[in-house]
Amino acid sequence: MTPLSSQAKPLDAGWDIEQKEVLNALGRRQGVDTGFSLLALSAVIFSLFVLVVLLADVLIDGVPVLSWNFLTSFPSRKAETAGIVSALVGTIWVMVLVALVTFPIGVGAGIFLEEFVPDSWLARAIEINISNLAGVPSIIYGLLGLQVFVRILFPITQGRTVLAGALTLALLVLPIVIIATREALRAIPGSLRQAGFALGATRWQVIRSHIFPLALPGILTGVILALSRAIGETAPLITIGALTYIPFLPELSLRGLQSPFTVLPIQIFNWVSRPQADFHALAAGAIIVLMVILLLMNATAIYLRNRFQK
Amino acid sequence: MTSQSVSPVATEAALRAKNVSVYYGSTLAVRDVNLDIFKNEITAFIGPSGCGKSTLLRCFNRTNDLIPGARVEGKAMFHGTDLYAKDIDPVYVRRRIGMVFQKPNPFTKSIYENIAFAARINGYKGDMDELVENSLRRAALWDEVKDKLRQSGLSLSGGQQQRLCIARTIAIEPEVILMDEPCSALDPISTLQIEELMKELESRYTIVIVTHNMQQASRISDRTAFFNAEATESGNKVGYLVEYGDTEKIFNDPSEQATQDYVSGRFG
Repeated sequence: MTPLSSQAKPLDAGWDIEQKEVLNALGRRQGVDTGFSLLALSAVIFSLFVLVVLLADVLIDGVPVLSWNFLTSFPSRKAETAGIVSALVGTIWVMVLVALVTFPIGVGAGIFLEEFVPDSWLARAIEINISNLAGVPSIIYGLLGLQVFVRILFPITQGRTVLAGALTLALLVLPIVIIATREALRAIPGSLRQAGFALGATRWQVIRSHIFPLALPGILTGVILALSRAIGETAPLITIGALTYIPFLPELSLRGLQSPFTVLPIQIFNWVSRPQADFHALAAGAIIVLMVILLLMNATAIYLRNRFQK
Repeated sequence: MTSQSVSPVATEAALRAKNVSVYYGSTLAVRDVNLDIFKNEITAFIGPSGCGKSTLLRCFNRTNDLIPGARVEGKAMFHGTDLYAKDIDPVYVRRRIGMVFQKPNPFTKSIYENIAFAARINGYKGDMDELVENSLRRAALWDEVKDKLRQSGLSLSGGQQQRLCIARTIAIEPEVILMDEPCSALDPISTLQIEELMKELESRYTIVIVTHNMQQASRISDRTAFFNAEATESGNKVGYLVEYGDTEKIFNDPSEQATQDYVSGRFG
Protein backbone atom coordinates (compact mmCIF):
# COMPACT_ATOMS: atom_id res chain seq x y z
CA MET A 1 0.00 0.00 0.00
CA THR A 2 1.23 3.50 -0.76
CA PRO A 3 1.52 5.88 2.17
CA LEU A 4 -0.91 8.81 2.07
CA SER A 5 0.54 12.32 1.83
CA SER A 6 2.50 13.33 4.90
CA GLN A 7 0.90 15.28 7.69
CA ALA A 8 2.06 17.81 10.30
CA LYS A 9 4.25 16.76 13.22
CA PRO A 10 2.05 15.20 15.93
CA LEU A 11 1.53 16.96 19.29
CA ASP A 12 2.35 13.82 21.26
CA ALA A 13 5.78 12.35 20.49
CA GLY A 14 4.28 8.88 20.98
CA TRP A 15 2.48 9.33 17.64
CA ASP A 16 5.74 10.05 15.81
CA ILE A 17 5.62 6.77 13.88
CA GLU A 18 6.86 6.17 10.35
CA GLN A 19 3.96 5.65 7.91
CA LYS A 20 5.79 2.59 6.55
CA GLU A 21 5.78 1.06 10.00
CA VAL A 22 2.07 1.79 10.41
CA LEU A 23 1.29 0.10 7.13
CA ASN A 24 3.39 -2.95 7.94
CA ALA A 25 1.60 -3.37 11.27
CA LEU A 26 -1.73 -2.94 9.50
CA GLY A 27 -0.77 -5.69 7.07
CA ARG A 28 -0.14 -8.06 9.98
CA ARG A 29 -3.44 -7.09 11.64
CA GLN A 30 -5.36 -7.75 8.42
CA GLY A 31 -3.57 -11.11 8.16
CA VAL A 32 -4.85 -12.13 11.60
CA ASP A 33 -8.31 -11.01 10.48
CA THR A 34 -8.22 -13.27 7.41
CA GLY A 35 -6.82 -16.12 9.51
CA PHE A 36 -9.69 -15.94 11.95
CA SER A 37 -12.35 -15.90 9.26
CA LEU A 38 -10.75 -19.00 7.68
CA LEU A 39 -10.77 -20.74 11.05
CA ALA A 40 -14.46 -19.95 11.53
CA LEU A 41 -15.19 -21.11 7.98
CA SER A 42 -13.50 -24.47 8.63
CA ALA A 43 -15.70 -24.95 11.71
CA VAL A 44 -18.75 -24.49 9.51
CA ILE A 45 -17.42 -26.86 6.84
CA PHE A 46 -16.62 -29.51 9.46
CA SER A 47 -20.09 -29.49 11.02
CA LEU A 48 -21.81 -29.39 7.63
CA PHE A 49 -19.61 -32.24 6.43
CA VAL A 50 -20.62 -34.48 9.35
CA LEU A 51 -24.26 -33.66 8.71
CA VAL A 52 -23.99 -34.36 4.98
CA VAL A 53 -22.27 -37.71 5.60
CA LEU A 54 -24.99 -38.70 8.07
CA LEU A 55 -27.76 -37.64 5.70
CA ALA A 56 -26.17 -39.38 2.73
CA ASP A 57 -25.69 -42.59 4.70
CA VAL A 58 -29.31 -42.61 5.85
CA LEU A 59 -30.61 -41.75 2.38
CA ILE A 60 -28.53 -44.46 0.65
CA ASP A 61 -29.75 -47.11 3.10
CA GLY A 62 -33.29 -45.88 3.56
CA VAL A 63 -34.60 -44.62 0.22
CA PRO A 64 -34.89 -48.12 -1.36
CA VAL A 65 -37.27 -49.33 1.38
CA LEU A 66 -39.56 -46.27 1.17
CA SER A 67 -42.85 -47.26 -0.43
CA TRP A 68 -46.55 -46.98 0.19
CA ASN A 69 -46.45 -50.44 1.73
CA PHE A 70 -43.69 -49.41 4.13
CA LEU A 71 -45.88 -46.55 5.37
CA THR A 72 -49.06 -48.62 5.68
CA SER A 73 -47.86 -52.00 6.98
CA PHE A 74 -47.62 -53.12 10.56
CA PRO A 75 -44.26 -54.29 11.92
CA SER A 76 -43.38 -57.88 11.20
CA ARG A 77 -40.73 -60.48 11.90
CA LYS A 78 -40.10 -60.61 8.16
CA ALA A 79 -38.23 -57.55 6.95
CA GLU A 80 -39.86 -57.64 3.45
CA THR A 81 -43.37 -57.08 4.82
CA ALA A 82 -42.55 -54.90 7.84
CA GLY A 83 -43.80 -51.28 7.94
CA ILE A 84 -44.14 -48.33 10.24
CA VAL A 85 -47.86 -47.58 10.27
CA SER A 86 -48.36 -48.20 13.99
CA ALA A 87 -45.27 -46.13 14.91
CA LEU A 88 -46.25 -43.33 12.54
CA VAL A 89 -49.82 -43.15 13.83
CA GLY A 90 -48.55 -43.46 17.42
CA THR A 91 -46.17 -40.55 16.87
CA ILE A 92 -48.97 -38.41 15.47
CA TRP A 93 -51.28 -39.32 18.39
CA VAL A 94 -48.61 -38.53 20.95
CA MET A 95 -47.52 -35.26 19.32
CA VAL A 96 -51.09 -33.96 19.00
CA LEU A 97 -51.70 -34.72 22.68
CA VAL A 98 -48.39 -33.18 23.76
CA ALA A 99 -49.28 -30.02 21.83
CA LEU A 100 -52.77 -29.88 23.34
CA VAL A 101 -51.36 -30.20 26.86
CA THR A 102 -48.23 -28.03 26.62
CA PHE A 103 -49.67 -25.07 24.73
CA PRO A 104 -52.28 -23.94 27.30
CA ILE A 105 -50.28 -24.95 30.37
CA GLY A 106 -46.86 -23.78 29.21
CA VAL A 107 -48.04 -20.51 27.69
CA GLY A 108 -50.33 -19.85 30.66
CA ALA A 109 -47.53 -20.42 33.14
CA GLY A 110 -45.19 -18.26 31.06
CA ILE A 111 -47.66 -15.38 30.94
CA PHE A 112 -48.32 -15.62 34.66
CA LEU A 113 -44.66 -15.68 35.61
CA GLU A 114 -43.68 -12.87 33.27
CA GLU A 115 -46.62 -10.50 33.51
CA PHE A 116 -48.41 -11.09 36.79
CA VAL A 117 -45.88 -12.14 39.42
CA PRO A 118 -44.06 -9.25 41.08
CA ASP A 119 -40.30 -9.65 41.18
CA SER A 120 -39.43 -11.43 44.42
CA TRP A 121 -37.04 -14.10 45.67
CA LEU A 122 -39.80 -16.68 45.18
CA ALA A 123 -40.29 -15.67 41.54
CA ARG A 124 -36.55 -15.85 40.94
CA ALA A 125 -36.34 -19.25 42.65
CA ILE A 126 -39.11 -20.54 40.39
CA GLU A 127 -37.36 -19.12 37.33
CA ILE A 128 -34.06 -20.82 38.20
CA ASN A 129 -35.83 -24.10 38.85
CA ILE A 130 -37.66 -24.02 35.56
CA SER A 131 -34.41 -23.39 33.70
CA ASN A 132 -32.89 -26.32 35.57
CA LEU A 133 -35.85 -28.54 34.69
CA ALA A 134 -35.18 -27.84 31.02
CA GLY A 135 -31.78 -29.45 31.47
CA VAL A 136 -32.81 -32.56 33.41
CA PRO A 137 -31.98 -35.77 31.47
CA SER A 138 -35.06 -37.10 29.74
CA ILE A 139 -34.77 -40.54 31.34
CA ILE A 140 -35.56 -38.91 34.70
CA TYR A 141 -38.83 -37.70 33.22
CA GLY A 142 -39.41 -41.28 32.09
CA LEU A 143 -39.03 -42.53 35.65
CA LEU A 144 -41.37 -39.79 36.89
CA GLY A 145 -43.90 -40.68 34.19
CA LEU A 146 -43.65 -44.37 35.06
CA GLN A 147 -44.49 -43.74 38.69
CA VAL A 148 -47.06 -40.97 38.30
CA PHE A 149 -48.84 -41.61 35.01
CA VAL A 150 -48.45 -45.37 34.59
CA ARG A 151 -48.84 -46.47 38.21
CA ILE A 152 -50.53 -43.83 40.40
CA LEU A 153 -52.87 -42.53 37.70
CA PHE A 154 -53.58 -46.01 36.35
CA PRO A 155 -57.38 -45.57 36.63
CA ILE A 156 -57.16 -42.66 34.19
CA THR A 157 -54.32 -43.71 31.88
CA GLN A 158 -54.78 -47.50 32.01
CA GLY A 159 -51.04 -47.97 32.30
CA ARG A 160 -48.54 -47.91 29.43
CA THR A 161 -50.75 -46.05 27.02
CA VAL A 162 -50.79 -43.18 24.53
CA LEU A 163 -52.04 -40.89 27.29
CA ALA A 164 -49.30 -41.80 29.78
CA GLY A 165 -46.64 -41.38 27.06
CA ALA A 166 -47.97 -38.03 25.92
CA LEU A 167 -48.22 -36.68 29.48
CA THR A 168 -44.64 -37.76 30.18
CA LEU A 169 -43.35 -35.99 27.06
CA ALA A 170 -45.50 -32.96 27.87
CA LEU A 171 -43.77 -32.67 31.26
CA LEU A 172 -40.44 -32.97 29.51
CA VAL A 173 -41.02 -30.05 27.14
CA LEU A 174 -43.09 -27.79 29.42
CA PRO A 175 -40.02 -25.91 30.74
CA ILE A 176 -38.94 -25.18 27.16
CA VAL A 177 -42.37 -23.76 26.31
CA ILE A 178 -42.49 -21.68 29.52
CA ILE A 179 -39.03 -20.23 28.90
CA ALA A 180 -39.82 -19.48 25.23
CA THR A 181 -43.07 -17.77 26.23
CA ARG A 182 -41.34 -15.62 28.83
CA GLU A 183 -38.62 -14.62 26.40
CA ALA A 184 -41.16 -13.72 23.73
CA LEU A 185 -43.10 -11.59 26.22
CA ARG A 186 -39.95 -9.95 27.53
CA ALA A 187 -39.06 -8.83 24.01
CA ILE A 188 -42.21 -6.66 23.79
CA PRO A 189 -41.27 -3.10 24.83
CA GLY A 190 -42.55 -1.96 28.22
CA SER A 191 -43.74 1.30 26.67
CA LEU A 192 -46.66 -0.59 25.11
CA ARG A 193 -47.75 -1.90 28.50
CA GLN A 194 -47.50 1.61 29.94
CA ALA A 195 -49.56 2.95 27.06
CA GLY A 196 -52.32 0.46 27.83
CA PHE A 197 -52.26 1.05 31.58
CA ALA A 198 -52.30 4.83 31.13
CA LEU A 199 -55.60 4.47 29.26
CA GLY A 200 -57.24 2.63 32.14
CA ALA A 201 -56.78 -0.91 30.84
CA THR A 202 -56.43 -3.81 33.24
CA ARG A 203 -53.45 -6.12 33.07
CA TRP A 204 -55.38 -8.78 31.18
CA GLN A 205 -56.72 -6.25 28.67
CA VAL A 206 -53.21 -5.00 27.96
CA ILE A 207 -51.86 -8.53 27.55
CA ARG A 208 -54.80 -9.80 25.52
CA SER A 209 -54.94 -6.89 23.05
CA HIS A 210 -51.38 -5.69 22.72
CA ILE A 211 -48.76 -7.92 24.28
CA PHE A 212 -49.88 -11.45 23.44
CA PRO A 213 -50.55 -10.86 19.72
CA LEU A 214 -47.04 -9.43 19.31
CA ALA A 215 -45.45 -12.24 21.32
CA LEU A 216 -47.40 -14.99 19.54
CA PRO A 217 -44.93 -15.66 16.70
CA GLY A 218 -42.14 -16.14 19.23
CA ILE A 219 -44.32 -18.31 21.43
CA LEU A 220 -45.40 -20.50 18.51
CA THR A 221 -41.80 -20.93 17.41
CA GLY A 222 -40.92 -22.02 20.95
CA VAL A 223 -43.82 -24.47 21.09
CA ILE A 224 -42.92 -26.07 17.78
CA LEU A 225 -39.24 -26.33 18.72
CA ALA A 226 -40.34 -28.01 21.96
CA LEU A 227 -42.48 -30.45 19.97
CA SER A 228 -39.51 -31.15 17.70
CA ARG A 229 -37.60 -32.13 20.83
CA ALA A 230 -40.45 -34.37 21.99
CA ILE A 231 -40.85 -36.14 18.67
CA GLY A 232 -37.32 -37.55 18.83
CA GLU A 233 -37.37 -38.64 22.47
CA THR A 234 -36.95 -42.37 23.00
CA ALA A 235 -35.60 -42.93 26.51
CA PRO A 236 -38.58 -41.69 28.58
CA LEU A 237 -41.02 -43.70 26.46
CA ILE A 238 -38.98 -46.86 26.77
CA THR A 239 -38.84 -46.22 30.51
CA ILE A 240 -42.60 -46.00 30.84
CA GLY A 241 -42.80 -49.19 28.80
CA ALA A 242 -44.05 -48.27 25.35
CA LEU A 243 -44.16 -51.47 23.31
CA THR A 244 -42.17 -52.12 20.19
CA TYR A 245 -44.55 -54.51 18.48
CA ILE A 246 -48.01 -53.03 17.96
CA PRO A 247 -50.03 -54.85 15.31
CA PHE A 248 -53.06 -52.51 15.58
CA LEU A 249 -53.91 -48.80 15.58
CA PRO A 250 -55.41 -46.86 18.51
CA GLU A 251 -59.13 -46.35 18.06
CA LEU A 252 -59.97 -42.81 16.88
CA SER A 253 -61.90 -41.95 20.03
CA LEU A 254 -61.32 -41.16 23.68
CA ARG A 255 -60.75 -44.89 24.23
CA GLY A 256 -57.80 -44.62 21.86
CA LEU A 257 -56.04 -42.59 24.54
CA GLN A 258 -55.90 -45.70 26.69
CA SER A 259 -54.45 -47.87 23.97
CA PRO A 260 -50.89 -49.28 24.02
CA PHE A 261 -48.66 -47.50 21.54
CA THR A 262 -45.29 -47.19 19.92
CA VAL A 263 -43.59 -44.24 18.23
CA LEU A 264 -41.07 -43.85 15.41
CA PRO A 265 -37.92 -43.43 17.55
CA ILE A 266 -38.76 -46.62 19.44
CA GLN A 267 -39.39 -48.50 16.21
CA ILE A 268 -36.05 -47.23 14.85
CA PHE A 269 -34.28 -48.22 18.06
CA ASN A 270 -35.82 -51.67 17.87
CA TRP A 271 -34.84 -52.26 14.24
CA VAL A 272 -31.32 -50.95 14.68
CA SER A 273 -30.68 -53.31 17.56
CA ARG A 274 -31.48 -56.37 15.43
CA PRO A 275 -28.59 -58.22 13.80
CA GLN A 276 -30.05 -58.52 10.26
CA ALA A 277 -28.99 -55.85 7.76
CA ASP A 278 -32.49 -55.80 6.23
CA PHE A 279 -33.87 -54.33 9.43
CA HIS A 280 -31.13 -51.68 9.46
CA ALA A 281 -32.40 -50.51 6.08
CA LEU A 282 -35.91 -50.37 7.50
CA ALA A 283 -34.56 -48.22 10.39
CA ALA A 284 -32.97 -45.85 7.86
CA GLY A 285 -36.32 -45.61 6.06
CA ALA A 286 -38.07 -44.78 9.32
CA ILE A 287 -35.42 -42.13 10.09
CA ILE A 288 -36.18 -40.47 6.75
CA VAL A 289 -39.90 -40.41 7.58
CA LEU A 290 -39.16 -38.93 11.03
CA MET A 291 -36.91 -36.28 9.47
CA VAL A 292 -39.57 -35.31 6.96
CA ILE A 293 -42.10 -34.84 9.80
CA LEU A 294 -39.56 -32.75 11.71
CA LEU A 295 -38.84 -30.61 8.65
CA LEU A 296 -42.56 -30.09 8.11
CA MET A 297 -42.98 -28.97 11.71
CA ASN A 298 -40.10 -26.51 11.50
CA ALA A 299 -41.40 -25.21 8.19
CA THR A 300 -44.75 -24.63 9.87
CA ALA A 301 -42.99 -22.70 12.64
CA ILE A 302 -41.28 -20.44 10.12
CA TYR A 303 -44.49 -19.99 8.12
CA LEU A 304 -46.49 -19.05 11.24
CA ARG A 305 -43.81 -16.65 12.41
CA ASN A 306 -43.72 -14.82 9.09
CA ARG A 307 -47.49 -14.74 8.85
CA PHE A 308 -48.09 -13.32 12.32
CA GLN A 309 -45.25 -10.86 12.10
CA LYS A 310 -47.08 -8.93 9.41
CA MET B 1 -39.44 27.11 50.72
CA THR B 2 -42.56 26.99 48.59
CA SER B 3 -43.72 30.42 47.67
CA GLN B 4 -47.15 30.13 46.17
CA SER B 5 -48.21 33.31 44.51
CA VAL B 6 -51.95 33.59 44.09
CA SER B 7 -53.12 33.67 40.52
CA PRO B 8 -55.68 36.34 39.62
CA VAL B 9 -58.54 33.87 39.19
CA ALA B 10 -58.22 31.37 42.01
CA THR B 11 -59.41 28.00 40.75
CA GLU B 12 -59.93 24.65 42.34
CA ALA B 13 -56.96 22.41 43.04
CA ALA B 14 -57.36 19.23 40.94
CA LEU B 15 -54.27 17.52 42.24
CA ARG B 16 -52.50 18.07 45.52
CA ALA B 17 -49.24 16.62 46.80
CA LYS B 18 -48.90 16.66 50.58
CA ASN B 19 -45.47 15.76 51.92
CA VAL B 20 -44.98 13.34 49.04
CA SER B 21 -41.75 11.34 49.07
CA VAL B 22 -41.01 8.56 46.62
CA TYR B 23 -38.60 5.71 47.21
CA TYR B 24 -37.21 3.18 44.75
CA GLY B 25 -36.40 0.27 47.01
CA SER B 26 -34.58 1.92 49.88
CA THR B 27 -33.36 4.88 47.79
CA LEU B 28 -35.15 8.16 48.28
CA ALA B 29 -35.79 9.72 44.86
CA VAL B 30 -37.78 12.84 45.72
CA ARG B 31 -38.66 14.19 49.14
CA ASP B 32 -41.40 16.15 50.85
CA VAL B 33 -43.15 17.75 47.93
CA ASN B 34 -46.09 20.01 48.67
CA LEU B 35 -47.92 21.53 45.77
CA ASP B 36 -51.37 22.13 44.30
CA ILE B 37 -52.15 21.72 40.63
CA PHE B 38 -55.09 23.79 39.52
CA LYS B 39 -57.94 22.84 37.28
CA ASN B 40 -57.84 23.91 33.61
CA GLU B 41 -54.33 25.19 33.86
CA ILE B 42 -51.08 24.00 32.39
CA THR B 43 -48.52 23.35 35.08
CA ALA B 44 -44.90 22.79 34.09
CA PHE B 45 -42.33 20.85 36.10
CA ILE B 46 -38.80 21.96 35.27
CA GLY B 47 -35.40 21.16 36.72
CA PRO B 48 -32.15 19.34 36.01
CA SER B 49 -32.03 15.58 35.30
CA GLY B 50 -32.58 13.35 38.31
CA CYS B 51 -34.52 15.95 40.29
CA GLY B 52 -37.58 13.74 40.57
CA LYS B 53 -40.02 15.65 38.40
CA SER B 54 -41.04 12.63 36.31
CA THR B 55 -41.18 10.52 39.44
CA LEU B 56 -43.57 12.97 41.05
CA LEU B 57 -45.65 13.13 37.86
CA ARG B 58 -46.07 9.36 37.85
CA CYS B 59 -47.38 9.48 41.43
CA PHE B 60 -50.47 11.26 40.23
CA ASN B 61 -51.80 8.39 38.13
CA ARG B 62 -50.14 5.57 40.02
CA THR B 63 -47.89 4.50 37.16
CA ASN B 64 -45.18 4.23 39.82
CA ASP B 65 -47.06 1.14 40.97
CA LEU B 66 -45.80 -0.60 37.84
CA ILE B 67 -42.16 -0.09 38.80
CA PRO B 68 -40.96 -2.87 41.11
CA GLY B 69 -39.91 -1.52 44.48
CA ALA B 70 -41.39 1.97 44.06
CA ARG B 71 -43.12 3.32 47.17
CA VAL B 72 -44.96 6.58 47.77
CA GLU B 73 -45.16 8.25 51.15
CA GLY B 74 -47.33 11.22 52.01
CA LYS B 75 -50.55 12.00 50.24
CA ALA B 76 -51.24 12.43 46.54
CA MET B 77 -54.79 13.70 46.26
CA PHE B 78 -57.27 14.16 43.44
CA HIS B 79 -60.07 16.56 44.34
CA GLY B 80 -59.47 15.81 47.99
CA THR B 81 -59.42 12.01 47.64
CA ASP B 82 -56.24 10.16 48.54
CA LEU B 83 -55.17 8.39 45.34
CA TYR B 84 -53.37 5.75 47.39
CA ALA B 85 -56.27 4.92 49.71
CA LYS B 86 -57.01 1.21 50.06
CA ASP B 87 -60.35 1.33 48.26
CA ILE B 88 -59.00 3.18 45.22
CA ASP B 89 -58.39 0.99 42.16
CA PRO B 90 -55.32 2.24 40.25
CA VAL B 91 -56.99 1.25 36.97
CA TYR B 92 -59.79 3.71 37.73
CA VAL B 93 -57.26 6.40 38.68
CA ARG B 94 -55.52 6.03 35.32
CA ARG B 95 -58.80 6.19 33.47
CA ARG B 96 -59.43 9.64 35.03
CA ILE B 97 -55.84 10.86 34.90
CA GLY B 98 -54.34 10.07 31.51
CA MET B 99 -50.70 10.14 30.50
CA VAL B 100 -48.61 10.90 27.44
CA PHE B 101 -45.07 9.56 27.47
CA GLN B 102 -41.68 10.81 26.43
CA LYS B 103 -41.36 8.48 23.49
CA PRO B 104 -44.47 8.15 21.32
CA ASN B 105 -45.88 4.69 22.02
CA PRO B 106 -48.81 3.97 19.70
CA PHE B 107 -50.14 0.43 19.78
CA THR B 108 -49.01 -1.76 16.90
CA LYS B 109 -52.50 -1.57 15.47
CA SER B 110 -54.32 0.67 13.03
CA ILE B 111 -54.73 4.37 13.72
CA TYR B 112 -58.46 3.76 14.17
CA GLU B 113 -57.90 0.89 16.58
CA ASN B 114 -55.42 2.91 18.67
CA ILE B 115 -58.30 5.17 19.64
CA ALA B 116 -61.11 2.62 19.60
CA PHE B 117 -59.25 0.32 22.04
CA ALA B 118 -59.21 2.92 24.80
CA ALA B 119 -62.88 3.73 24.26
CA ARG B 120 -63.98 0.11 24.06
CA ILE B 121 -62.30 -1.08 27.26
CA ASN B 122 -63.78 1.83 29.15
CA GLY B 123 -67.30 1.03 28.01
CA TYR B 124 -67.94 3.80 25.47
CA LYS B 125 -71.56 3.67 24.32
CA GLY B 126 -71.66 6.12 21.41
CA ASP B 127 -70.74 5.93 17.74
CA MET B 128 -67.13 4.74 17.50
CA ASP B 129 -66.46 6.23 14.04
CA GLU B 130 -67.57 9.61 15.30
CA LEU B 131 -65.44 9.38 18.44
CA VAL B 132 -62.36 8.45 16.42
CA GLU B 133 -62.91 11.34 14.04
CA ASN B 134 -63.58 13.86 16.80
CA SER B 135 -60.60 12.77 18.87
CA LEU B 136 -58.30 13.00 15.85
CA ARG B 137 -59.71 16.42 14.97
CA ARG B 138 -59.15 17.69 18.49
CA ALA B 139 -55.61 16.37 18.37
CA ALA B 140 -55.11 18.26 15.07
CA LEU B 141 -54.32 15.04 13.25
CA TRP B 142 -57.51 14.28 11.32
CA ASP B 143 -56.60 15.97 8.06
CA GLU B 144 -53.31 14.12 7.90
CA VAL B 145 -54.70 10.64 8.56
CA LYS B 146 -58.35 10.62 7.49
CA ASP B 147 -57.58 8.59 4.36
CA LYS B 148 -55.46 5.99 6.13
CA LEU B 149 -57.25 5.13 9.34
CA ARG B 150 -56.65 1.43 8.70
CA GLN B 151 -52.89 1.83 8.43
CA SER B 152 -50.65 1.03 11.36
CA GLY B 153 -50.12 3.76 13.93
CA LEU B 154 -46.42 3.08 13.53
CA SER B 155 -46.50 4.22 9.89
CA LEU B 156 -46.85 7.84 11.06
CA SER B 157 -43.98 10.25 11.72
CA GLY B 158 -42.81 10.82 15.30
CA GLY B 159 -44.80 14.01 15.74
CA GLN B 160 -47.92 12.43 14.27
CA GLN B 161 -47.48 9.41 16.53
CA GLN B 162 -47.32 11.66 19.57
CA ARG B 163 -50.49 13.47 18.46
CA LEU B 164 -52.12 10.06 17.98
CA CYS B 165 -51.17 9.22 21.57
CA ILE B 166 -52.75 12.49 22.69
CA ALA B 167 -55.86 11.76 20.59
CA ARG B 168 -56.13 8.35 22.22
CA THR B 169 -55.80 9.92 25.66
CA ILE B 170 -58.43 12.60 25.11
CA ALA B 171 -60.80 10.12 23.44
CA ILE B 172 -61.69 8.71 26.85
CA GLU B 173 -62.07 12.23 28.28
CA PRO B 174 -59.91 12.08 31.39
CA GLU B 175 -59.83 15.10 33.67
CA VAL B 176 -56.10 15.44 33.88
CA ILE B 177 -53.44 14.75 31.26
CA LEU B 178 -49.93 14.13 32.56
CA MET B 179 -47.23 14.68 29.95
CA ASP B 180 -43.75 13.38 30.57
CA GLU B 181 -41.44 15.34 28.24
CA PRO B 182 -43.85 14.80 25.33
CA CYS B 183 -41.74 16.74 22.84
CA SER B 184 -38.24 15.60 23.71
CA ALA B 185 -38.16 13.09 20.84
CA LEU B 186 -39.69 15.48 18.31
CA ASP B 187 -38.43 18.07 15.82
CA PRO B 188 -39.16 21.80 16.39
CA ILE B 189 -42.17 21.92 14.05
CA SER B 190 -43.87 18.90 15.65
CA THR B 191 -43.05 20.41 19.05
CA LEU B 192 -44.81 23.63 18.07
CA GLN B 193 -47.86 21.68 16.88
CA ILE B 194 -48.07 19.84 20.19
CA GLU B 195 -47.70 23.07 22.14
CA GLU B 196 -50.54 24.69 20.17
CA LEU B 197 -52.60 21.59 20.79
CA MET B 198 -51.98 21.81 24.52
CA LYS B 199 -53.12 25.42 24.56
CA GLU B 200 -56.37 24.35 22.90
CA LEU B 201 -56.89 21.47 25.30
CA GLU B 202 -56.34 23.65 28.35
CA SER B 203 -59.95 24.81 28.46
CA ARG B 204 -61.19 21.26 28.98
CA TYR B 205 -58.35 19.54 30.77
CA THR B 206 -55.88 20.04 33.55
CA ILE B 207 -52.44 19.48 32.08
CA VAL B 208 -49.19 18.79 33.86
CA ILE B 209 -46.07 18.72 31.71
CA VAL B 210 -42.53 17.75 32.57
CA THR B 211 -40.08 19.49 30.29
CA HIS B 212 -36.38 20.16 29.93
CA ASN B 213 -37.12 22.95 27.54
CA MET B 214 -37.44 26.18 29.49
CA GLN B 215 -38.74 28.15 26.53
CA GLN B 216 -41.48 25.59 26.27
CA ALA B 217 -42.38 25.96 29.94
CA SER B 218 -42.47 29.73 29.68
CA ARG B 219 -44.46 29.66 26.41
CA ILE B 220 -47.26 27.37 27.45
CA SER B 221 -47.59 27.00 31.20
CA ASP B 222 -49.61 29.02 33.69
CA ARG B 223 -47.60 27.85 36.66
CA THR B 224 -44.16 26.40 36.96
CA ALA B 225 -42.57 24.24 39.61
CA PHE B 226 -38.80 24.24 39.74
CA PHE B 227 -37.17 21.12 41.18
CA ASN B 228 -33.55 20.64 42.06
CA ALA B 229 -31.48 17.72 43.27
CA GLU B 230 -28.94 17.47 46.01
CA ALA B 231 -26.46 14.69 46.64
CA THR B 232 -26.82 12.73 49.86
CA GLU B 233 -23.98 11.26 51.88
CA SER B 234 -24.36 7.90 50.12
CA GLY B 235 -23.95 9.60 46.74
CA ASN B 236 -27.55 9.32 45.59
CA LYS B 237 -29.39 12.31 44.26
CA VAL B 238 -32.56 13.34 46.00
CA GLY B 239 -34.94 15.70 44.28
CA TYR B 240 -36.96 18.40 46.01
CA LEU B 241 -39.26 21.25 45.09
CA VAL B 242 -37.43 24.58 45.19
CA GLU B 243 -40.06 27.00 44.11
CA TYR B 244 -43.57 26.95 42.68
CA GLY B 245 -45.63 29.82 41.40
CA ASP B 246 -46.98 31.69 38.39
CA THR B 247 -44.80 30.99 35.38
CA GLU B 248 -44.21 34.68 34.83
CA LYS B 249 -42.89 35.13 38.35
CA ILE B 250 -40.69 32.02 38.20
CA PHE B 251 -39.06 33.18 34.99
CA ASN B 252 -38.84 36.91 35.68
CA ASP B 253 -38.67 37.38 39.41
CA PRO B 254 -37.99 34.11 41.26
CA SER B 255 -37.55 34.19 45.03
CA GLU B 256 -34.76 31.63 45.10
CA GLN B 257 -31.27 32.10 43.75
CA ALA B 258 -31.20 28.49 42.43
CA THR B 259 -34.32 29.15 40.37
CA GLN B 260 -32.82 32.35 39.03
CA ASP B 261 -29.65 30.51 38.04
CA TYR B 262 -31.55 27.69 36.36
CA VAL B 263 -34.06 29.74 34.34
CA SER B 264 -31.35 32.10 33.19
CA GLY B 265 -29.36 29.11 31.93
CA ARG B 266 -26.46 29.47 34.34
CA PHE B 267 -26.62 25.81 35.27
CA GLY B 268 -28.55 22.69 34.42
